Amino acid sequence: MSLLETINLKKYFGDTRAVDNVNLTIEDGEFISLVGPNGAGKTSLCHVVSAYLQPDSGQIFFRGVDVTQTPVTERVKAGIARSFQLANLFDDLTAHDNVALAIFSRDGKTRNAATLAHRDSAVTDEADAVLGQFGLGAKRDVLVRGISQGERKLLDVALAYALRPKLLFLDEPTSGVSTRDKGQIMDTLASVVRGEDITAVVVEHDMDVVFKYSDRIVVMQQGAIMAQGTPDQIRNNKEVAMVLLGTSAPNAFSRRD
Amino acid sequence: MGAGAKTTAQPTGFQCGIPLFAGAAVLCGLIALPGVIDLYQIQLLTYGLVFAIAALGFNLLLGYTGLLSFGHSAFFGLGAYVVAFMVRYLGIRSMEAYLLLGLPVVMLLSAAFGYICVRHTRIFFGILTLALSQVLWTLAYKFFWVTGGTDGLNVPRPSLLAGSLSFAGDASLQRFIHAYYYYALAVFTIVVVIMWVVTNSPFGKALQAIRDNETRAAFLGVRIHWFRWAAFLISGTITGLAGILWVPLNGLATPDILYWPFSGEIVFMAVLGGFRSFTGPIIGAVVFNYLKTYAIASTVYWQLLLGVVLVVLVLALPAGIAGTLQRLAALTKREVMR
Repeated sequence: MSLLETINLKKYFGDTRAVDNVNLTIEDGEFISLVGPNGAGKTSLCHVVSAYLQPDSGQIFFRGVDVTQTPVTERVKAGIARSFQLANLFDDLTAHDNVALAIFSRDGKTRNAATLAHRDSAVTDEADAVLGQFGLGAKRDVLVRGISQGERKLLDVALAYALRPKLLFLDEPTSGVSTRDKGQIMDTLASVVRGEDITAVVVEHDMDVVFKYSDRIVVMQQGAIMAQGTPDQIRNNKEVAMVLLGTSAPNAFSRRD
Repeated sequence: MGAGAKTTAQPTGFQCGIPLFAGAAVLCGLIALPGVIDLYQIQLLTYGLVFAIAALGFNLLLGYTGLLSFGHSAFFGLGAYVVAFMVRYLGIRSMEAYLLLGLPVVMLLSAAFGYICVRHTRIFFGILTLALSQVLWTLAYKFFWVTGGTDGLNVPRPSLLAGSLSFAGDASLQRFIHAYYYYALAVFTIVVVIMWVVTNSPFGKALQAIRDNETRAAFLGVRIHWFRWAAFLISGTITGLAGILWVPLNGLATPDILYWPFSGEIVFMAVLGGFRSFTGPIIGAVVFNYLKTYAIASTVYWQLLLGVVLVVLVLALPAGIAGTLQRLAALTKREVMR
């Protein structure tokens, strides 16, 4: 049984076909990159699968169960989590409280109104560990409205990761981050995700990053999947090169180290 | 981390020892106070403490859940009227009975109003709470054969502590005001502790998360509507508790306390003290009570005076009294550390 299967998934905005008949199958433990030009429907696909948007038609099966109609919270409980392209945080809580909330929620402890949150040492320690994994330990007690853009992006991913999902969508985790930090973030993500046996779907524009980390690359264009395969297969696919770079030069994807 | 003062200005100041110590010091002061102030001042302070309970309840919605209710007069007023009905129709004269019977009633009303209102946010939420509260006001106003209409219903001094303290005969007013001050102070202290725990619990964190970013909260698996409803329930019940406590002190339940300007006063208290801090509504309620009392005593244009205060507050001190004090403290600390 596949982890996720979408069948004829559609989402149109007026005449724009954001998600057009997408049949995507994701297996357990894969690290998938979702690539394509701007407006190809990558983010829309994430939105529909994560229940941020309802599809117009089609079905989504998660671990064999039809989750097409289930609300966000149910899908999160089932094990689908996501991060956001624009960091989406709780600005007036500390970095630690941001992460702790994800853990409280995952463990079904958020309805506890009778004990102090910071006295729950299991959750507090785990939140500290997650902050450490993402290199945010120093920002533990800072209100997140006061941390840098790069740190916000990392924390956004950390929140989704702290849910320990089965399937994690990361919508451009490195956008808005300096090139220097990008590699570091991706290294962190890849090691954390592989270490936890989390299946990850990453929307990414930087093809160097995509080729380096992915098990499989899915290329979207105008809402539909135009190609998918291993990094080598995609690297040698001339059509993909045309779509992504607007050129058919044979060495379009050559390393630029 | 350096001298980052921006880390501290939030409703969840964390080191538990400092608030505990400060709270205990304030409590000791409040216990000792009746020894040095006159009867009228004790009475005024009792009103202040009762309003502080109402504002604390209210602020769970505004400061922690991000919902501005313009209908909290409904819960305060219902609490008061339930007590008045118990006096008139059941002949009950015990404060504990008022609390035991009154709290479930305000709880039910909060649950029902909350169920309707939390489906909406922002102005729609505010208008809905306003509209529902005015239904109660109309009932109290129009059904005068039940509620006494604008004449209201009398509430004589009840006995306290299961009948062990009753107030008749010589100097009963003095004794009642002293005893009732400590009664209100005890309830106030319990409410402060409860609200402190609630706002710092995982539940309280979830509320603050919803306040900051409901979309993301949902994507962490937090069921937004349920939490808003639970916050509304607690909020309304605590404000209703204040109404129950208020009416024996006032001696009379009138439709005024169900009318929307009273909801506005509760909002005023929270904003005056600073709704982004835990202590803000407490300070705001006590100060507002003095402000209103002395404004009424000194000028017929007292509403104008309060209006000016509100304008100055919103324009110059949006963080309220508590927030401004916190900011000043942070600035001073930074200066000292330099």
